[in-house]
Amino acid sequence: MLKINNLHVKLEEEDKQILKGLTLEVPAGEVHAIMGPNGSGKSTLSYVLSGRDGYEVTDGEAELDGEDLLDMDPEVRAAAGLFLAFQYPVEIPGVGNMTFLRTAVNAQRKARGEAELTAGEFLKEVRVKAAELQISPDMLKRPVNVGFSGGEKKRNEILQMAMLSPRMCIMDETDSGLDVDAMRLVSEGVNALRSPDRSFLVITHYQRLLDHIKPDVVHIMSNGRIIKSGGPELALEVEQNGYADLLAEAD
Amino acid sequence: MTGTTDLEVREGVDRETVEAVQNMGSYKYGWNTEIEMEYAPKGVNEDIVRLISEKNGEPEWMTDWRLEAYRRWVTMTEPKWAMLNYPEIDYQDQYYYARPKSMEEKPRSLDDVDPKLLATYEKLGIPLKEQMILAGVEGAEDAPSEGRKVAVDAVFDSVSVGTTFKDELAKAGVIFCSISEAIREHPELVKKYLGSVVPQSDNYFATLNSAVFSDGSFVYIPEGVRCPMELSTYFRINAENTGQFERTLIIAEKGSHVSYLEGCTAPQRDISQLHAAVVEIVILEDAEVKYSTVQNWFPGDEEGKGGIYNFVTKRADCREARAKIMWTQVETGSAITWKYPSCILRGDDSQGEFYSIAIANNWQQADTGTKMIHLGKNTKSRIVSKGISAGQAQNTYRGLVSMHPRATNSRNYTQCDSLLIGDKCGAHTVPYIEVKNNSSRVEHEATTSKVDDDQLFYCRSRGMDEEEAVALVVNGFCREVLQALPMEFAMEAQALVAISLEGSVG
Ligand SMILES: Nc1ncnc2c1ncn2[C@@H]1O[C@H](COP(=O)(O)OP(=O)(O)O)[C@@H](O)[C@H]1O
Ligand SMILES: [Mg+2]
Repeated sequence: MLKINNLHVKLEEEDKQILKGLTLEVPAGEVHAIMGPNGSGKSTLSYVLSGRDGYEVTDGEAELDGEDLLDMDPEVRAAAGLFLAFQYPVEIPGVGNMTFLRTAVNAQRKARGEAELTAGEFLKEVRVKAAELQISPDMLKRPVNVGFSGGEKKRNEILQMAMLSPRMCIMDETDSGLDVDAMRLVSEGVNALRSPDRSFLVITHYQRLLDHIKPDVVHIMSNGRIIKSGGPELALEVEQNGYADLLAEAD
Repeated sequence: MTGTTDLEVREGVDRETVEAVQNMGSYKYGWNTEIEMEYAPKGVNEDIVRLISEKNGEPEWMTDWRLEAYRRWVTMTEPKWAMLNYPEIDYQDQYYYARPKSMEEKPRSLDDVDPKLLATYEKLGIPLKEQMILAGVEGAEDAPSEGRKVAVDAVFDSVSVGTTFKDELAKAGVIFCSISEAIREHPELVKKYLGSVVPQSDNYFATLNSAVFSDGSFVYIPEGVRCPMELSTYFRINAENTGQFERTLIIAEKGSHVSYLEGCTAPQRDISQLHAAVVEIVILEDAEVKYSTVQNWFPGDEEGKGGIYNFVTKRADCREARAKIMWTQVETGSAITWKYPSCILRGDDSQGEFYSIAIANNWQQADTGTKMIHLGKNTKSRIVSKGISAGQAQNTYRGLVSMHPRATNSRNYTQCDSLLIGDKCGAHTVPYIEVKNNSSRVEHEATTSKVDDDQLFYCRSRGMDEEEAVALVVNGFCREVLQALPMEFAMEAQALVAISLEGSVG
């Protein structure tokens, strides 16, 4: 599904290398977790994969189902099935959450040559999915992320993910700022989406999310690279001992 | 005007908007209708003024009124204080009167209306039912109406070609007709009110309009009547090299209520065309008028060629206690916009509101805003202006809030937000505030921001292309004003926001 090879990325504006030869493969149907200290480049990786401006790829490649991701516009990547749940979801004043969702869903359908959803079809689907995530009808009407609590913003990202049914889901610290109940809702939302042709790349600091969303593989990232990969036990090790030993081992 | 026959409620940027954006590349209303026209000779002089008056079958007092205005106009000079830059207008190189030949004999019924004219209205998106009525389809009045009814007066070049729902309105005592008909049929009302809000001598363009106005709409709402439907005028400039000078007069008697919509389009032409309209609104005790405009005159092309020069004087006089006016405008078209819909808050406790979206793209220049003249006690006004500049455009908000000595305990709130797309355009805010008593309060807030890259990326990461993302974010920025529009107009306005920002990114 997602294949990243020797990816080198620097900031466009300054001479700062952030990703320094990152290699990673997420096969179809699998859930991979990325853990790593702050500043190791996890968010940068997620932004570069989804096509945000401001970065320069100096070497390496990234493919989605064999297609070069890095050449596509962000909306083309989205239509191809890539989704990023943002670490910091963006507020869009004046644009109703529902309007935003429907515009996004139909833009992707249109790009894929599928018929757009009518207002009725869309409403039916969004109501069911919102209810599952305990997103109130009021939150659907309010402007996108404006005045949402941290937890509401994160649940809203998962709602978008559920409505857009991407095949490659990247979640950037979706668990930070969530209380226990919200964590459970989000995890259930994600688990419900798990399927043999959908993959997840879950960026997190905490083992507790991985108690709910069981990863197939855990990667430890530091200073712009994956320094170690392993099974779910790797996350437990981090939880107990921190990164120090792993980092030392890598050096 | 898209989708007016499809009244399904849609939220936000609808499918048509998206399609419209995709089909972009040309001004959507840029076709012209090939209809044989009758023109008066080029230029303006006393004979032309007399001819216009005669063509409209006007009584002598009206001809004299026009001539008086003309004689004043020749002594005046064009105002230059606005932040607008345009070549000298040659007032003698314009036609001041043009009308479709088929209208030479006034149509006795709408059956006589040239079918091409009706096709024009279809392209304008005038709701299906009104089209049928304009086309004189028998029984159209009784056909089930989708959604709310809107009565339409259509003005094509200089002539009003038909008004719908006249009988039904008449039952409520509402008069809705062309101004030329009103001059003939209701001279006492016209004599009493014409020029009472915008006097002949008001300003250069209004004075010219007083001399040569060709047609326009007239509305009279009797005491205590809530107008049973929205009233609407569609203005269309079709003929080449022709100035359009409509005159609209609205009278709301005590305790009455009306919502009036105005839509404007013009074909694409290389040569700029002059449009100088006057709208006068008289509002008596406890009456309320809501006046909404979606102005989409041709803005000129990407190089700044052609486009309408729009010099418009609009003013409402809240003449008595508790009278209320609400102006809402969406200004997306015109090469030059010079327009300040104003409120004279004369009656105690009267209220004025002004909601505005002004979009300037490519080489467009807009200098627009409002005047709130507080004369009565406890008067209130509210201004919400959203200016969007893209391309090389210049967008100026110019607003006056004036609290006179007698206007004690009055309030104004002004919010003025500018949004910039790209870095070659400009936004300017020019507020004038005068407070001549101690108990009144004026609040002014202004912001200027650039369209936010994070917002655009967020939208694009969800699958919207760049144009769509900009349209969505800008529609959000304008939301407060869009919400002030009647529903049918709100959807059209959203679509227009998208279309007029064509090519503004990337
Ligand atoms: N736009 C930017 N400008 C300056 N520094 C940046 C920018 N984006 C990322 N960085 C820097 O790159 C490094 C990696 O950041 P980030 O990808 O956010 O890490 P993580 O998500 O793992 O905490 C940090 O040192 C951060 O300060
Ligand atoms: Mg991060």
